[in-house]
Amino acid sequence: MSKIHVTTTINNEPVEFLCDGSQTILDVLRDTLGLTGSKEGCGSGDCGACTIMVDGRMICGCLMLGAEAEGKRVETIEGMAQGDHLHPLQQKFIELAALQCGICTPGFLVASKALLERNPKPSEHELRYWLAGNLCRCTGYDKIIQAVMEVAADLRK
Amino acid sequence: MQDIQYAAPKTIDEAVALVAGANGSGRILAGGTDLLVQMRSGMLSPGLIVDVKKIGELTRISEEGGGFVIGAAVSGAQIGEHARLPKAWPGVVEAINLIGSKQIQGRASAGGNLCNASPAADSVPALIAAGAIVVVQGPKGRREMPVEKFHAGPGRSNLTPGEIVVGLKLPPRAAGSADAYLRLIPRTEMDIAVVGCGVSLTLQNGKCTAARVGLGAVAPTPLLVEEAGKALVGTTLDEAALGKAAAACRAACKPIDDKRGTIAYRTKIAGVLLQRAAKIAADRAKG
Amino acid sequence: MGEHRYKWIGTRPNRPDGADKVTGRARFGADFNMPGQLVGKVLRSPHAHAIIKSIDVSKAAALPGVKAIVTSKDFPEQPNQIVSAGEMLVNLRDITRNVMAREKALYDGHAVAAVAATTEAIAKEALGLIKVDYQVLPHVIDVEAAMKDDAPILHDHIRTEGVEPKPTKPSNIAKRIAFAKGDIEAGFKKAELVVERTFHTAPVHQGYIEPHAVLASAAEDGQVQVWCTTQGQFTVRGFCSRLLNLETSHIRVTPSEIGGGFGGKTVVYLEPVAIRLSQKTGKPVKMVMSREEVFRASGPTSGGMVKVRLGATRDGRLVAADCTAALQAGAFPGSPVGQGCMCSFACYDVDHIRVIGYDVVSNRPKVAAYRAPGAPILAWGVESAMDILAQELGIDPIDLRLKNAAKKGTKTHYGPTFNTIGFEECLQAAKNSDHWKSPLKPGFARGIAAGFWFNIGGDSSAAAHVGEDGTVTIISGNPDIGGSRASLAMMAAEELGIDYTKVRPIVADTSSIGFNFLTGGSRVTFATGLAVVEAARDVVRELKKRAAKIWEVEPDAVVWENGEAKPASTNVGQQEPLSLAKLAAMAGKTGGPINGHGQLNAQGAGPGFGVHIVDLKVDRDTGIVVVDRFTAVQDVGTAVHPSYVEGQLQGGAVQGIGWAVNEEYIYSAKGKLENPGFLDYRMPVASDLPRIETILVEVANPMHPYGVRGVGEVPIVPPMAAIGNAVARATGVRMLDLPMSPPRLSAAMDAARPKMAAE
Repeated sequence: MSKIHVTTTINNEPVEFLCDGSQTILDVLRDTLGLTGSKEGCGSGDCGACTIMVDGRMICGCLMLGAEAEGKRVETIEGMAQGDHLHPLQQKFIELAALQCGICTPGFLVASKALLERNPKPSEHELRYWLAGNLCRCTGYDKIIQAVMEVAADLRK
Repeated sequence: MQDIQYAAPKTIDEAVALVAGANGSGRILAGGTDLLVQMRSGMLSPGLIVDVKKIGELTRISEEGGGFVIGAAVSGAQIGEHARLPKAWPGVVEAINLIGSKQIQGRASAGGNLCNASPAADSVPALIAAGAIVVVQGPKGRREMPVEKFHAGPGRSNLTPGEIVVGLKLPPRAAGSADAYLRLIPRTEMDIAVVGCGVSLTLQNGKCTAARVGLGAVAPTPLLVEEAGKALVGTTLDEAALGKAAAACRAACKPIDDKRGTIAYRTKIAGVLLQRAAKIAADRAKG
Repeated sequence: MGEHRYKWIGTRPNRPDGADKVTGRARFGADFNMPGQLVGKVLRSPHAHAIIKSIDVSKAAALPGVKAIVTSKDFPEQPNQIVSAGEMLVNLRDITRNVMAREKALYDGHAVAAVAATTEAIAKEALGLIKVDYQVLPHVIDVEAAMKDDAPILHDHIRTEGVEPKPTKPSNIAKRIAFAKGDIEAGFKKAELVVERTFHTAPVHQGYIEPHAVLASAAEDGQVQVWCTTQGQFTVRGFCSRLLNLETSHIRVTPSEIGGGFGGKTVVYLEPVAIRLSQKTGKPVKMVMSREEVFRASGPTSGGMVKVRLGATRDGRLVAADCTAALQAGAFPGSPVGQGCMCSFACYDVDHIRVIGYDVVSNRPKVAAYRAPGAPILAWGVESAMDILAQELGIDPIDLRLKNAAKKGTKTHYGPTFNTIGFEECLQAAKNSDHWKSPLKPGFARGIAAGFWFNIGGDSSAAAHVGEDGTVTIISGNPDIGGSRASLAMMAAEELGIDYTKVRPIVADTSSIGFNFLTGGSRVTFATGLAVVEAARDVVRELKKRAAKIWEVEPDAVVWENGEAKPASTNVGQQEPLSLAKLAAMAGKTGGPINGHGQLNAQGAGPGFGVHIVDLKVDRDTGIVVVDRFTAVQDVGTAVHPSYVEGQLQGGAVQGIGWAVNEEYIYSAKGKLENPGFLDYRMPVASDLPRIETILVEVANPMHPYGVRGVGEVPIVPPMAAIGNAVARATGVRMLDLPMSPPRLSAAMDAARPKMAAE
């Protein structure tokens, strides 16, 4: 089997990897590169637990091939905190108990950050629709919504 | 073990040659939001994946003579962010932007939604209503066909072997024109349409002078419902006209009972959505 | 609430595992790997019901990269013996057959064989090469069809238990149970109004976002290590020990972080298979279910039929309550019908009650526990019937419930008499809530319903280890599924009188702490909390001894206050208080390490009650329900960490909303599951929902030092009926069957239209 050689950037670090033609970027991140923060909940783009950023766009890692990462800029949950400094969203999720089991949390954080970067003042309605692709079965979403709205307000200050 | 090859050609000719040379085992990858799901479920096991996102013409939106050409691989998010397209074709854009989540929107393309050939594809009824044209290129060159002629049945298109979709042409807009798309899903997001309805119309001095209606998820392929359009033309879109158009939509339905809806429900909803979508389109046309 | 009785309990500190879980560092089931591991995959039955005549694995075994294949032959036969798993009981004979089908495949998705190979692709290819010769049998999916005399029989050995004379013919009805209080017919004779309806619910899945996953490594000396996502590492150990004839001490199970369970991760599916494959290959084996496998093969909860008959006097006093329920067990006996029947009328003080339940097998995956198992199904019937009664009597639905509310001293129909409970307080809180007092928006309607769950206690062990700097590690054995590390650490900090940040809780593997029953039944903060309190008190006893030694007094002369040893009185002498940190630093000179232990079988779990209020509107043309406002009121005992208590109420309520409006298992005529994915198994998304308001009513559990009651399960009990009751008030149409999905509600409204016009 011939592998595909891919040169890319992950969380601002240059990375090279080999993958099969059928391997998703999620498989590559988790199995090849050991970045297991992105989770696989469904493998079909319905739960958002594998949400990552590629060239500034939010996507499901399970629905992109590893080979497509060539020359792209990939960002994952592992790149969200700066050194030992949590991102305000990460900090607020902890403070407001916006997670219970935590499996969906990386996806929600990446998605919420993506929203606030393009819309610093979302309405609750906009936020709920933006996050509709991220399933959470524990929280009923309430504290997640509250946390993101508070961070949005804090960041505007 | 079958090895899956991956290629990312830079020209349409190369892509066509790759697909044509793959003896039917080649699959086009644009956003991949259908292809990768089908591969994973074992429905498809392509020998060659041809990623078309490195081809300029397939990845841009261009404007020609007042109309638009949407490259087949342009993502929903890019379409939604275009400076002029959403104003000219709000119904088409909202239909494309309803496909999946925001994450899916970062990848899924109108071309892919078309080629997946689901009867329930969200973009297709709106494109049919809009009178959109599919631009196709294959080993024998380029050809065009109306969107409503593209599908042959669930999961099947009228593409000939080796042909790929290059783009979708939206015609120039006459003054007083607007479109709208509505779908019924049980949740507010993340579902496949139980019924989808696109309406495009032109109003002059309060009268409807042109109208086209597209319906999805009510037959083996998305439908152009000419009778519904006719019922609206020449009217002020009063309740009687809307009722007649709704009846035409219901009459056009040949749905199935499945996990997403019943025959009776789909048929009823086709009429409901026609009325609602037509009102939205009319409000938009009035500005 | 409000007054600070405690330093930590009732506050909202950051959870100890917070940073790990917001950075992706936390390791869940599928995040564990070992060098040289193989990938295991399961071959599943495509048939709902079929005899397995033979399995030919020769071609698959010959495929390069395939290292082992197992079928039921690799698992020893088990006795027909029932053991407990969480809130459910399971039969060892059945569970080995559920892990790997033996004589028959009993549902679409039933495991038939498994492969371990060097890569996932090879494992999948090998599955395709296994030839199973099936003889397809007629199947039965729905509970009422399965109860019919001519239904296809799943198990020839089942004779309905609980009926006299003992049946001689096999049946799909595994068991009949009955509860009674008073004289039901005498009760109905007093009734001035009788309401009788038959309700149905669809089976629904727990819907945890993390699929089942395991990594197992069996060594040549018989020692086995397992890392897996589970609600109970000791349960996994126990099952694997029984199913594979291994000694428990030879199996070390380390629970990963768990990505949701809700009862669904209280049994084993992959774990025994992975161990067996590892034993056969001598290599670690990793197995992860796909989402499709989770839906097809892991436990949903039952769907069921509930027939309710209520008798009342005109002034709204219930005089008789009768109910019959039949619950799907899935392919093997053991639905939660018993728990459901016990919960049915537990909210109400009624003199004459009769409840009959049937446990029914059909060709579906074996059900597993799901949040208050059984109770929501019964509550859908009973609480809907209560609303009909309120409407027919013209009584406010909260007042009707207040009039009949169970209270301290009420004898339940299933036996116990309630100690201090908070149902009346919940109803009053609901009545006084901003939500209930607010006028409805035009076009909206309001519904309320109540719910009950016992909560459980059970076996728990905990240890408290004092470090040389005076910080304390709290070791317990329950996976933290929603913040229990925080609540346990808070109780330890409270007992020890030290800062919460000085207490570090960990979840230990099965070899590092004594037995803990699983995380379920809303038991961890209550029962394991009690063990932690015991362990902390054990430490305090030791600390007092050490201080006494230093002061050369009797231990009785020392008290522990605010984290310090102090002389009990001036008689003891003037001594500088000794902090925990100081005593820890001197431990080597005063008797060595300072550790505490707690081990107990916690009794006295306080039952919980909830009342939910919902405002919604119904799109008359489409049947779509739009929930606009939702308030969950619950007696939570003492809210140790109020944020996580609120979270339980909110999460449970939203699962209930999904159960009410969209979620269901849909089977084809051939018995194949048609919606085994999140796309068509429609769980609520963020945009479907409003804020979920919560009102925490704190009626302390007298059987716990901090008044703790379990809180996790009650909140899934009321939502379905609350929504149904609001739908009835919005549309005039009483929905009897769940889910109230748009096609169904639309059809019901259309059917009612001519009738309503005529009236």
